[in-house]
Amino acid sequence: MSTLDDFRSDTRAWLEANCPPSMRTPMPEDERVWGGRQPSFKHPDSRLWLERMAARGWTVPSWPREFGGGGLDADQTQILNGEMARLRCRSPLFSFGISMLGPVLLKYGTPAQKARHLPPIARGEIRWCQGYSEPGAGSDLAALATRAEDRGDHFLVNGQKIWTSYAHYADWIFCLVRTDTSVKQGGISFLLFDMTSGGVETRPITLISGASVFCETFFTDVRVPKENLVGRLNGGWEIAKELLQHERGMIAQIGRAIGGVVPDVDVIARQYLGDAQGRIADPILRDAVARHLMNDRAFALTVRRAGEESAAGVANGGVSSMFKYYGTEQNKRKFELILKLAGTRALGWEAPGFSADELTLCRSWLRSKGNSIEGGTSEIQLNVIAKRVLGLPD
Amino acid sequence: MSLVLREEERLLKHAAQAFFPARAPVKALRVLRDTHDGSGFDRALWRDMAELGWAGILVPEAHGGSAFGYRGMGVVLEEAGRSLCASPLVGTALLGAPLIAELGSASQQAAILPAVAAGDCVLAVALEETPRHAPHQIATAAERVAGGYRLRGHKTFVLDAHVADRLLVVARTHGATDAADGLAVFLLAPATPGLAITRTPMVDSRNAAELVLDDVKLSDEALLGTANAAWPALERCLDGARAGLAAEMLGTGLEAFERTLAYLKLRQQFGVPIGSFQALKHRAALMYCELELTRSCVIAALHALDEAGTDSAELASLAKAKACDMLELVTNEAVQLHGGIGMTDLEEIGFFLKRARVQQMTFGDAEFHRARYARRRGW
Repeated sequence: MSTLDDFRSDTRAWLEANCPPSMRTPMPEDERVWGGRQPSFKHPDSRLWLERMAARGWTVPSWPREFGGGGLDADQTQILNGEMARLRCRSPLFSFGISMLGPVLLKYGTPAQKARHLPPIARGEIRWCQGYSEPGAGSDLAALATRAEDRGDHFLVNGQKIWTSYAHYADWIFCLVRTDTSVKQGGISFLLFDMTSGGVETRPITLISGASVFCETFFTDVRVPKENLVGRLNGGWEIAKELLQHERGMIAQIGRAIGGVVPDVDVIARQYLGDAQGRIADPILRDAVARHLMNDRAFALTVRRAGEESAAGVANGGVSSMFKYYGTEQNKRKFELILKLAGTRALGWEAPGFSADELTLCRSWLRSKGNSIEGGTSEIQLNVIAKRVLGLPD
Repeated sequence: MSLVLREEERLLKHAAQAFFPARAPVKALRVLRDTHDGSGFDRALWRDMAELGWAGILVPEAHGGSAFGYRGMGVVLEEAGRSLCASPLVGTALLGAPLIAELGSASQQAAILPAVAAGDCVLAVALEETPRHAPHQIATAAERVAGGYRLRGHKTFVLDAHVADRLLVVARTHGATDAADGLAVFLLAPATPGLAITRTPMVDSRNAAELVLDDVKLSDEALLGTANAAWPALERCLDGARAGLAAEMLGTGLEAFERTLAYLKLRQQFGVPIGSFQALKHRAALMYCELELTRSCVIAALHALDEAGTDSAELASLAKAKACDMLELVTNEAVQLHGGIGMTDLEEIGFFLKRARVQQMTFGDAEFHRARYARRRGW
């Protein structure tokens, strides 16, 4: 116990000394650091913060040190997260490499793949995107048709992906491809390749919010070296499913993070409806605000309980689908309530006439609609809970 | 680690899981109902529960209590809620005993709490005067007279009052009818002249009664604590009762849900189990999420009460509100998903629906607790 206490005081001291004060403020979405070959550091201190955290292995605190991680155990990782939250330290790096690819490479990658790909992920030097969905393979992901033909020393990849998040900024892609057309799930493989390979083309998709975070991605005779196959040939579905669990956890968090750019509903309510004492006079809206914030708190307590259960070795298998489902639906409810509270002030599309914060309310409301679609729809999550947790028949 | 059960709590849970289905199944409640049992509970069963330490969970060890705290109380209540066990667990062990421990003088505690812990003294807290929970809407007046007090008023929905060995009556010694200030709690024997107790049969077949206090004369010794100042202790004990009842409701909800799930797997229509239909699967998965959220709120509230945390009032309202919404959903769905059989008195699922609404109304429903939460938050 005392060694954990030592770790906590050392961690606190290091963060106090090394996290710039500017990195302890709420982070606007456009100041997030995603790394990559052409990294963008909109806030100048964010580069320094990333470099210091990466040097310590704390962009990926629980990964082994040999791959750029911090080598921390579960208790230490929890302490680090707790201390970062206490100081309000910004997350130094947002990365699909960290949150999605890393955990499966650690489990399924060859020693050479781990040594090649994990350290640049930890340092934020390579930005990854995820090639999963296709026009004909959404909820029915295993229907994917992008082909990878065996050409001796390489695979030849042809096909199309869609909803590839940030593909237009990504350096590499982890991609599900069909290597056997005679079976469905059993004919899928998991490939890694460089987005600068010949034959790769990305086209951003404009969303209802006006933003373009997703792309259509086209592959025409892309040559992928054989060494870039992760796991065994036709063994990709198992990896894909495992990665989806990491993705769900991340989206539930990102949903909250997107929500985090926008104040809580009580703040909006007081701003637009509060009397001089900050009371919400309308009893129906006050009840709606209370209901929402109480559900937020119930959800946060459930996330905490799941963490404690996992640490105590009594984890419940259904939590990633439950968190994905509830977190994203709750985030959508937040924005619908904000629209009611702020009225037409939250319905502005462009200046003039609206503050930047008001315009963010509107765009974030539209963006939130995707939370319950991306990474497995709410309906798929409920199917997963019904089958895996409740044991209901097919 | 505050939101997972500790080792001693797991042992308590195992004991309760063995006890309630064997000794107090839903069938036992049906027998109490159908035989028009005058007491509405089984005193021998209550003594056995006391033997296991459950009547005295919130009684200090110095007075013979087992001192498992609110977390331990919640574990037992959850299992009692699963079997809809009719007992004085809520009125006596959860609310009455802590109220005496909080407000009573040393001699009052010594006179009553050991008997409570032994299962020999059933308590009834007479608080409500209106159809909806309104804990400081107290019109019952305690007028100062020579050598004591004279009580006049009316109480409704008093749990276990007609079988209680001691009644704890909340009355006003000062101030306006809706003021939190000016309240006091009096300890009465049921045979006190001027006190009339009438049992009011409720839909859940559990005990409740009305009290009429017509010039009830009490000595100074009947006052628990001091005049005018009962509210802070009463509110703390009510928060404990809210969180504890939320634990009971979690058990009731889990049992109704699991029975429904079993039915979805068993019942065949169109040649397949109805649980294979996506429309029903999704409804089951939604209930699962609400039950999980409720569990987190319940244990967080119980934990905060044991730690005397500053947020225990907010968490108690959170737990009770969440339990109310969850249980309304789960019991309605349970009847619907059982189909026609769910409407019959023969099938036990209806007992859960009936008990649920009484639990929801006891110590404040979801609307009460959301309004309270908002008020405490300053909006």
